[in-house]
Amino acid sequence: MTSTELSQSLPIDQQDERLIQAEGMRGRLRVLSRRLQGGEIGALPVVLGLVLIFVIFQALNSYFLSSANLVDLLTQCAAIGTISIGVVLVLLVAQIDLSIGSMSGVASAVLGVGFVLHHLPLWLTMALALVAGVVVGLIYSVAFVRFSVPSFVVTLAGLLALLGFQLKLLGANGSINIPFSSGIVEFMQAMFVPRPFSYVLMAAVSALYLFSSLARVRRRRAHELSVPSVTGIFLRSGLLLVALEAATFYLNEDRGISAPFVLFVVLVVAMNFLLTRTAWGRSVFAVGGSVEGARRAGINVSRVYLSVFVLCSMFAALGGLLSAGRLATASISSGVGDTNLDAIAAAVIGGTSLFGGRGSAWSALLGIVVIESIASGLTLLNLEASVRYMITGGVLLLAVIVDSVSRHSRAAHGRA
Amino acid sequence: MASPSSAAKRDGAARPDPLLSLRGISKSFGAVQALADIDLDVSAGEVVALLGDNGAGKSTLVKILSGVHQPDSGTITFHGREAKISSPTESRALGIATVYQDLALCDNLDVVANLFLGREEKRFTLSEEAMERHAWSLLRQLSAKIPSVRIPVASLSGGQRQTVAIARSLVGAPSIVILDEPTAALGVAQTAEVLNLIERLRERDHGILLITHNMADVKEVADRAVVLRLGRNNGDYDVRATSQQDIVAAITGATDSAVTRRATAVAGKRDAEEASR
Repeated sequence: MTSTELSQSLPIDQQDERLIQAEGMRGRLRVLSRRLQGGEIGALPVVLGLVLIFVIFQALNSYFLSSANLVDLLTQCAAIGTISIGVVLVLLVAQIDLSIGSMSGVASAVLGVGFVLHHLPLWLTMALALVAGVVVGLIYSVAFVRFSVPSFVVTLAGLLALLGFQLKLLGANGSINIPFSSGIVEFMQAMFVPRPFSYVLMAAVSALYLFSSLARVRRRRAHELSVPSVTGIFLRSGLLLVALEAATFYLNEDRGISAPFVLFVVLVVAMNFLLTRTAWGRSVFAVGGSVEGARRAGINVSRVYLSVFVLCSMFAALGGLLSAGRLATASISSGVGDTNLDAIAAAVIGGTSLFGGRGSAWSALLGIVVIESIASGLTLLNLEASVRYMITGGVLLLAVIVDSVSRHSRAAHGRA
Repeated sequence: MASPSSAAKRDGAARPDPLLSLRGISKSFGAVQALADIDLDVSAGEVVALLGDNGAGKSTLVKILSGVHQPDSGTITFHGREAKISSPTESRALGIATVYQDLALCDNLDVVANLFLGREEKRFTLSEEAMERHAWSLLRQLSAKIPSVRIPVASLSGGQRQTVAIARSLVGAPSIVILDEPTAALGVAQTAEVLNLIERLRERDHGILLITHNMADVKEVADRAVVLRLGRNNGDYDVRATSQQDIVAAITGATDSAVTRRATAVAGKRDAEEASR
């Protein structure tokens, strides 16, 4: 479509003469800079931060960006990243779940006790652990919706209770080793996407992006709405293809793309789809934006809270299972310590607002990559855990400040 | 301007059967009798202003109609059939749309998302394009001036937000639209815009219940004015045949009130000035 065609009959969403038309490359850049100034920053700070982290650590230790380290780094992301998807959900409705660490610990204990001690089938113990997540989520939502207990208190109580339950389950053993031959440990430690297939997979992902973008253009044209440039779509898909294939090639120099990381990304994409393309996702954002507005629009607010708490606990349980598989053990220290902090920090660092109604499933991925990069870089520098905690804490504070400042900026520019 | 049907009504022709009619509605909160034996009718293509001082029971009546409160006694007849409105969803399903004073929009969502919130058009996934197009056609019907429907409503002006809230009430094709103080927070131009919107709703044969404190708005757009005082009916006036003073008197409860005394005093002073000239 040429620009002359467009100006002859403007699409119905561009007929207001006050609309500032974004013509050409310069126009688009101007629109972008106006949005950034207005606080619509999206994933920009975290991407910039990630580049900065990569540059710094690479300069300090050239092993950092090697294929082997990146493969480990991405595999390391899967367990806590999965938990972080659930955190994104509760943050979107402006609530919090502080018990995700304990929940993941309970799940790993269920796996250890059920699978190793009682010789139950693996699928059954994993299902039991997920059911435990559902039950905990239901209890939280009853306490929150029915008795109006603030979510941070409910889940703080849950943190203690679940920790107790985890200790009780593990009993005198304290620690249960999960055999390497079990499916989950193998999956977490030794399963990689076969090399030839990995290239096909990336090509398929790019093709999917291309076709869904083109389908959107077709739908918009059918409804007489303005359409983005088709050349731009092909260009972006091409860039995506090149970037993905290059990354795959680089990772394939070592062991390749790990299966847990693929699972994690699939979960992120699925959650992103649910959040952006379904009525349920819309209601999650609406509740985060204005509870009263959502209620008066006829949304069953209690049901939204319930779904979010249940999903969050389920993701925490799944994350616990993955982490037990990664470490090949379920112990009293599973899920204790930095699991909570890392999962919540990842969601916030990735750009999901603590104030509700703003964020994306992708922030779980971006945030956890930042956190694991810092952890990996500091480990390579032989720095102790103490320094790692302090630096992660600093980055979290920075992310919250960015969130706060961009919120004020949005309010000042009328985009709150 | 006005459609033939509403013009006929104003000429005093017999009113058709009302769309909505309340009979003997009472509601008390503990020891407080908020509403006692209220009657109210709203017909299609008619703007009824609901007036009353603070605490007169206007908000309680609106909440009963929108399903937030249930009346203790009395009947609600809607489209000739007795209706029970036990939740906001039921009220909306019946065909009563309420535009609240605080608008109840979600600031973080864009105009399209707000318009269709709670009843999104979907075919497995959300039909964003269909909704966007529908949004434009709704806004065009109201001659609304919204530059883009893909911006968060937080970035709109007060009048534009009010427009979005009113347009949203029309999504389910309601027969009655209740507007709670739609001009209270608006400037002069924006008030005029909203009054135009109300006239357009009337032309499209919606019944409109307009809750307001602003007598100028009543004079501008309302066909009838129903006055509540201390939870009781205190008059039902044809706006064009009644002086503003009489309506104010009904609102304040007496022909002799602070408002009328002031009016008389001012008028007296003016007469005296003219006489002295």
